[in-house]
Amino acid sequence: MNRRTAILLAGFLLLAAVPSIAALLGQPFYVDLLRRVMIFAIAALSLNLILGYGGMVSFGHAAYLGVGAYAVGVLAHYGVHDGYLQWALAIAASALVALVIGAVSIRTSGIYFIMITLAFTQMLYYLGISIEEFGGDDGMRLEVKSQFPGLIDLDNGNAFYYLVLAILVLVALLGHRLVNSRFGMVIRAARSNEARTRAIGFSPYPYRLAAFVIAGAVCGLAGALLVNHTAYLTPEFMNWTRSGELMFMVILGGMATTAGPVLGALALLLVEDVLSGWTQHWQIILGPLLVLSVLFFRRGLAGLLFGKDE
Amino acid sequence: MNIILVLEQALNGLQLGVMLFLMAAGLTLVFGIMNLVNLAHGSLYMVGAYLATYFYQLTGSYLLGVLLGLAGTLVVGIAVELVALRTLYERGHLDQVLATFGLILFFNELMAIVWGRAAIYTTLPAYLSGHVEFFAGLRYPLYRLVIIAVGLAVAGLLWFVVTRTRLGMLIRAGASNRAMVAALGVNIRLLYTLVFGFGAALAGLAGLMSGPIHVVQPGMGELILIDVLVVIVIGGIGSIRGALAGALIVGMVDTLGRAFLKPMLATVVSPVAADTAGPALASMLIYLLMAAVLAVRPAGLFPARG
Repeated sequence: MNRRTAILLAGFLLLAAVPSIAALLGQPFYVDLLRRVMIFAIAALSLNLILGYGGMVSFGHAAYLGVGAYAVGVLAHYGVHDGYLQWALAIAASALVALVIGAVSIRTSGIYFIMITLAFTQMLYYLGISIEEFGGDDGMRLEVKSQFPGLIDLDNGNAFYYLVLAILVLVALLGHRLVNSRFGMVIRAARSNEARTRAIGFSPYPYRLAAFVIAGAVCGLAGALLVNHTAYLTPEFMNWTRSGELMFMVILGGMATTAGPVLGALALLLVEDVLSGWTQHWQIILGPLLVLSVLFFRRGLAGLLFGKDE
Repeated sequence: MNIILVLEQALNGLQLGVMLFLMAAGLTLVFGIMNLVNLAHGSLYMVGAYLATYFYQLTGSYLLGVLLGLAGTLVVGIAVELVALRTLYERGHLDQVLATFGLILFFNELMAIVWGRAAIYTTLPAYLSGHVEFFAGLRYPLYRLVIIAVGLAVAGLLWFVVTRTRLGMLIRAGASNRAMVAALGVNIRLLYTLVFGFGAALAGLAGLMSGPIHVVQPGMGELILIDVLVVIVIGGIGSIRGALAGALIVGMVDTLGRAFLKPMLATVVSPVAADTAGPALASMLIYLLMAAVLAVRPAGLFPARG
């Protein structure tokens, strides 16, 4: 077993032990915090697929978080609490939205791509605000969590925690398989040299679009988890600062690595939690911290932990 | 829907467009010349609004408040360039977006610490708060006309500086080949700092003029920033002409959409449906416009250079 596998396994065991440790310490709050971290880690993993491996700087990834959350929230609003249906709709709807946004955005590149993805997300954000039926500005409560009768009860904090952990591991493993498959090779090739990719006979557009849709669908699932976690839903899920946070998680952890986004989500949310417990003006510390990390911390946490090989 | 209402809303659209132009001009100059994406441009807008309000209340003179606010934003802009942004010119757009995102958090919180989180309402001096009557029935606030005039004057001044002066020549040369300009003995770093400071002052001007119309509060910069991004994407990033065209189009479409989309929809569909769909569609209109423009011309209406 090499060093990398050992660290990943240790990290997994540590995450799996969190509910027991929290119970031992009498601090159930940590289960909540880590569940939130893992949900964002799933979202960051999905962003990493297009941002890290595909080189597509999407500044609007929070859109799918919102679409996934609204899919669950809206069905619940109309009395449909079946979890399978809710989550399937969350995944399908965010995949569809990603298909539309991606089809337009991927035609452009560079700074245009950044701004278009941002603008589309902003559009969905305003759409969320203006629909009074679903609470408009204030959002709405999720009275009943997604129901999976006979399988799992999400009201049980620990059970929900392990479900999120299982999904996180599954997404990480599948993502790892995906980027090392033929499909993933084309995505990565198009990122490092588009002209050569074309020259060997691949048109990057459909591959990029497919990656964009997959990333959107996975992030939609994270949105469905998030709305069950908070039991509340607002357009703020799609706020552009949320997209920025997701990007920071990927960069902080290490782009184009499997463990990076998870580490990044952990680091960012824990730092936010510590700072906000410290002072209400925590953003004045976080802001410069983020600037410094961009300027000087290029390798990311995964690079720090695993050395250069990943 | 009568002609007076349409005229009034068209003037409102023009006023919004002019405001967007002041922001977009600085942002697009900085991008065109330094190749820098500065999301913190909205923070400079906010800083301008706060400083002008503060100095106005301190001195009691609106004009003095405006001048000191402008000067203050210029200083803040130059300081930001020297401390943080200078090292970002050579970096990729991703790093620039993230670092300036961090700056936004910093500035929003700084304003909240110094002046509090609550929105600040400012009043206008008597000589700016009247109305102008064009003809019977059409009375328009004097202050909004002043904004339109100032914006158009700045647009003219910018055109003059960029196309007719030595500084403008250097700016254009720096945009097309910075290494060559530096090799010719021009202090390109100083030029960059100047351009950035100038863009910051324009953002500050837009911010301080918006103060009395909207409210002054932390985060006010981000609301307009995203609209400004839409403007420069539609106009073509790096092009001042594009920024002007984009700003006027977006200003008009947004204002007229919000005013008339609902009544127009009501003539086609049921009033209830129009009531729901109207505002939603109006707030999405400029983004749909942007998507349409990009579908036809991926580099915007007036691409800076081929």
